[in-house]
Amino acid sequence: MKYETIIGLEIHAQLLTESKMFCSCSNKFGDKPNTNICPVCTGQPGVLPVTNRKAIELAIKTALALNCTIEPSSVFARKHYFYPDLPKNFQISQYELPLATKGYIEIEVDGKKRKIGITRVHLEEDAGKLVHVGAERIMGAEESLVDYNRTGTPLMEIVSEPDLRSPKEAAVYTQRLAELLRSLMVCDAKMEEGSLRCDANISIRPIGEAKFGTKTEVKNINSFKAIEKALISEEKRHLEVTEEGEKIIQETRFFDEQTETTTGMRSKEYAHDYRYFPEPDLVPIEPSTEWIEEIRQTIGELPQQKKERFITELKLSPETAQIMVADKQTGDFFEAVVKLHGQPVAAANWIVGDITAFLNEQKMSFNELALSPAQLAEILKMIDTGTLSNKLAKDVLFQVLKTGKQVKEVIEGAGLTQISDESELTKVIEEIIKNNPKQVEQFKSGKTAVLAFFVGQVMKATKGRANPQVLNALLKKALH
Amino acid sequence: MQIDIEHIARLARVALSPEEKKLFARQLSSILEFAANLQKVETNDIPPTAHAIPMKNVLREDKTIPCENVEEILANAPDEASHMFRVPKILE
Ligand SMILES: [Zn+2]
Repeated sequence: MKYETIIGLEIHAQLLTESKMFCSCSNKFGDKPNTNICPVCTGQPGVLPVTNRKAIELAIKTALALNCTIEPSSVFARKHYFYPDLPKNFQISQYELPLATKGYIEIEVDGKKRKIGITRVHLEEDAGKLVHVGAERIMGAEESLVDYNRTGTPLMEIVSEPDLRSPKEAAVYTQRLAELLRSLMVCDAKMEEGSLRCDANISIRPIGEAKFGTKTEVKNINSFKAIEKALISEEKRHLEVTEEGEKIIQETRFFDEQTETTTGMRSKEYAHDYRYFPEPDLVPIEPSTEWIEEIRQTIGELPQQKKERFITELKLSPETAQIMVADKQTGDFFEAVVKLHGQPVAAANWIVGDITAFLNEQKMSFNELALSPAQLAEILKMIDTGTLSNKLAKDVLFQVLKTGKQVKEVIEGAGLTQISDESELTKVIEEIIKNNPKQVEQFKSGKTAVLAFFVGQVMKATKGRANPQVLNALLKKALH
Repeated sequence: MQIDIEHIARLARVALSPEEKKLFARQLSSILEFAANLQKVETNDIPPTAHAIPMKNVLREDKTIPCENVEEILANAPDEASHMFRVPKILE
């Protein structure tokens, strides 16, 4: 029998606000444990939560970009469960009445465009962070330490319809969503750091069947690469179990990135009795049309529109254009260089090539770059005029990236300018011809390939600074 | 009104003696019966509300204010290590 795979994703995104969702503690990542805590977020008696306006605005902005309907009234509820990372013993979340519903995002996989439905976008507060002592993760840990800095920080949940039909589509969907969130400056969307988290619901059904099969929920997917791997492994398990005539049990499964397999977590019979009720300390959110329109004005060009423009107007390849829109910083940097230098393809090649390689090597992101668009434009112009060879330009770029110095300063400091001066180069060429009579003979007897040997010698003597065009012309003249 | 007192006790993480189970089951059930009087009110024409007072959009600006009693909060931890709350094994 032929089966099709049904996948729906729940994406959690940490919002880029200054303060937490319902209190004025800092929402900064990486501070000393338990320094950004207060009576409100640690659930002391008698405190009053107050909603962060910016968090609502960021969620509305996202919902509009995802073509959602903003609900006239949304309500926060208490979701009850016990866990050490949850000091109040309930999480404030939106349940029956979310902020926004019924949207979609377009994805393209293997040349096919598809609209993936968005069921809802809602807001909630994040839980604290657990450090497990005596083991890598919770299983086998002797004890745990809790840091409540993350407790109560704003979290947005984006739930997709079960519209995804393959692990690859799920991975592409998450990438599109991540780049959208980054371009909207809503979330930095780094899965490895946990600012974007993904839980996946997956099931299979015979092709043509209308009813969904039993689904499992896959958790612990901690990187973009892991999404596809986790779902391929779980899809395979569903098919094997079904082919053997067994039944899939509805459960939550943990993905292990090392073994690339999922393992079932023991199901707790009462795990889903959350006893939701409206949070009595918070009032409904009812955004006015004016407020929504004001937020809509801040959206600007979306990443996939930008990609289209880069392909059609700036003549970038689809692959390069995709990299340029992966986050707002890269795209802004690229466009600033183009404005100053006017040659998009050249600028893009340097960004995709050497700059990206440097950032990956240093484990840095684009906004930590010590290079300004003006500096890259300056280097590119020097290549155009022949002041720098490509190789020298790379050295200069690398120095600027490493030291943050000005381009001119680097060039003068290292004596890196290209030598185009004919008399200076002729002196070097004459010296090399004198010292290599054998190769000169070979050249004169018709072995023109020996020319590369002379080019190499001159480059060596000038530390790569000889202007290649000038050098070639001078060499040919000198050897004849 | 029938109350599954063991389920409720388990959800609330409290251990009850057989006597307490009987007592609380009776008390909870009479509280629920009392509240059930509200079911008699005709609400077909009344829009549902999530809050007792007619207020909406109570929001604060996104500004940070450092908390002054962080150490006091931490002092409430049953046990502490490296400025963190130390808790026993979570999964058996
Ligand atoms: Zn707080």
